Amino acid sequence: MVDTSVSLAGVRLDNPVIPASGTFGFGYEFAEIYDINCLGSISIKGTTREPRFGNPTPRIAECASGLLNSVGLQNPGIDRVIAEELPKLRKCFKKPIIANISGFSLDEYVECCERMDKEEQVEILEVNISCPNVHGGGMSFGTCPESAAEVTRAVKAVTKKPVFIKLTPNVTDICAVARACEDAGADGISMINTLLGMRLDLRRRKPLLANVTGGLSGPAVFPVALRMVYQVYEAVSIPIIGMGGVSSAENVLEMMLAGASAVQIGAMNLVEPYACRDIAKQLPAVMEKYGITDLKSITGGAHNG
Amino acid sequence: MIKTEYIIRSNEPIADGVYRMRLEGDTGAIKAPGQFIDISVPELFLRRPISVSDWDASGLTIIYKVVGAGTDKLSAMRPGAALPALSGLGNGFDMDKCARHTAVIGGGVGVPPMYGLAKRLLERGHEVTAMLGFNGTGDMMLVQEFEALGCRTLVSTADGSFGVRGFVTALLPMADFGSFCACGPEPMLRALEGAVGDKPGQISLEERMGCGFGACMGCTKQTKNGPKRVCKDGPVFDREVLIW
Repeated sequence: MVDTSVSLAGVRLDNPVIPASGTFGFGYEFAEIYDINCLGSISIKGTTREPRFGNPTPRIAECASGLLNSVGLQNPGIDRVIAEELPKLRKCFKKPIIANISGFSLDEYVECCERMDKEEQVEILEVNISCPNVHGGGMSFGTCPESAAEVTRAVKAVTKKPVFIKLTPNVTDICAVARACEDAGADGISMINTLLGMRLDLRRRKPLLANVTGGLSGPAVFPVALRMVYQVYEAVSIPIIGMGGVSSAENVLEMMLAGASAVQIGAMNLVEPYACRDIAKQLPAVMEKYGITDLKSITGGAHNG
Repeated sequence: MIKTEYIIRSNEPIADGVYRMRLEGDTGAIKAPGQFIDISVPELFLRRPISVSDWDASGLTIIYKVVGAGTDKLSAMRPGAALPALSGLGNGFDMDKCARHTAVIGGGVGVPPMYGLAKRLLERGHEVTAMLGFNGTGDMMLVQEFEALGCRTLVSTADGSFGVRGFVTALLPMADFGSFCACGPEPMLRALEGAVGDKPGQISLEERMGCGFGACMGCTKQTKNGPKRVCKDGPVFDREVLIW
């Protein structure tokens, strides 16, 4: 028997498989097709203080081994997330929940985290300072170490729950941003958000996405994500949730060997609704194949020393 | 929604750039006309949503126009090949809301799902008038099939090469129907909304999708009841909730 359990800043998960925010809604619709309690946790749809419609459509474009999205943080706002969405998820999911929070101002991050702090089943706050699809917030906080630290400090002051800061890869030095978050009190790092990209429509000679640019995700970005997780693991000592193009149990092991303590799966949920269930199911056999008995022991195993 | 694999039984052109594909396999998840399947096309990352034109216990028919990489690859696939798909997606038309005499109104590649709807409305004893709009005889399809169902079938073409010259809205005064169901390009639906008066209706929308089953929020439309996902909350909406 192998042990698939992992720990994230003191929160025990039965396995490291977590659907990534924005690719799994609030979970309960997936519960209609399988028992989602086979997952380690769920990172819920990014939540802001006000309801957001998001960007105009088209919001989706395809590329080789991946897709671009410019959804733009569509969500019903924190009042309805707490009053309606979380109770629906609670009915079908008995594991720890990761609340993903986005904002357009420091106040907004603080207020949303303060309110999520009171939700019992939410055991980790994942603060998204890396959405590439909104203006005046999101990624602008995550592209410089100082503002990343400022958000971290502000939200840490209002919650006792572990705070993971979700970082953007669209920076010169992601290690500097990660270190700034750690120094400001972050309990962990989630990485990576999507890579900024675009596609053109040859018939119209115009961008395919109404928002012009979008975030690239899917298997195409896996090597980039893996490299960044590997680098940030050496730069900080807080745990990392690794994500970016993970599409198999083997990819999960790679992410963990590079330095992740748990793994999120995003784009694959959109083409294969059973992806997370199947990866969680395959994990024990793949661990055995590679001689792993205790999954949490392999985190960072690819590094020297 | 179910995940399944269909076997291609035939795949043939029926109009300019338009193919009819018959698929054999599990249709148990298809509950209403206007639903769609989401096809995994070899080598492409995203699935391709295609509306179901008709179905029975052993299989289904899709009719699609080649508009990009996905439908291009689909058009080259041969009988006998397996086609992985998610089936029974979307809400479909609610036939309980249809009046005793219902107009089924389709434009271009919006025509195919109206065939399965017309067939089932007739089976339920409704009087059905089909109003089909095309650019010309080149993209015209399914007219004889609608006639064979036994419903009154009216056709318009933009270039006047068949039926009434003009858009499908030109056909509206030719029948005294109590409600309507429509599917087609957005300009047609908008024109219809302006021309059809106050009759109750259901409208099937098209939008570029990511997942096809409600997870990604890629295909959201603003409605009078708030943001709705075309793939999961639709694609069929009561006309009153739509904003034009």
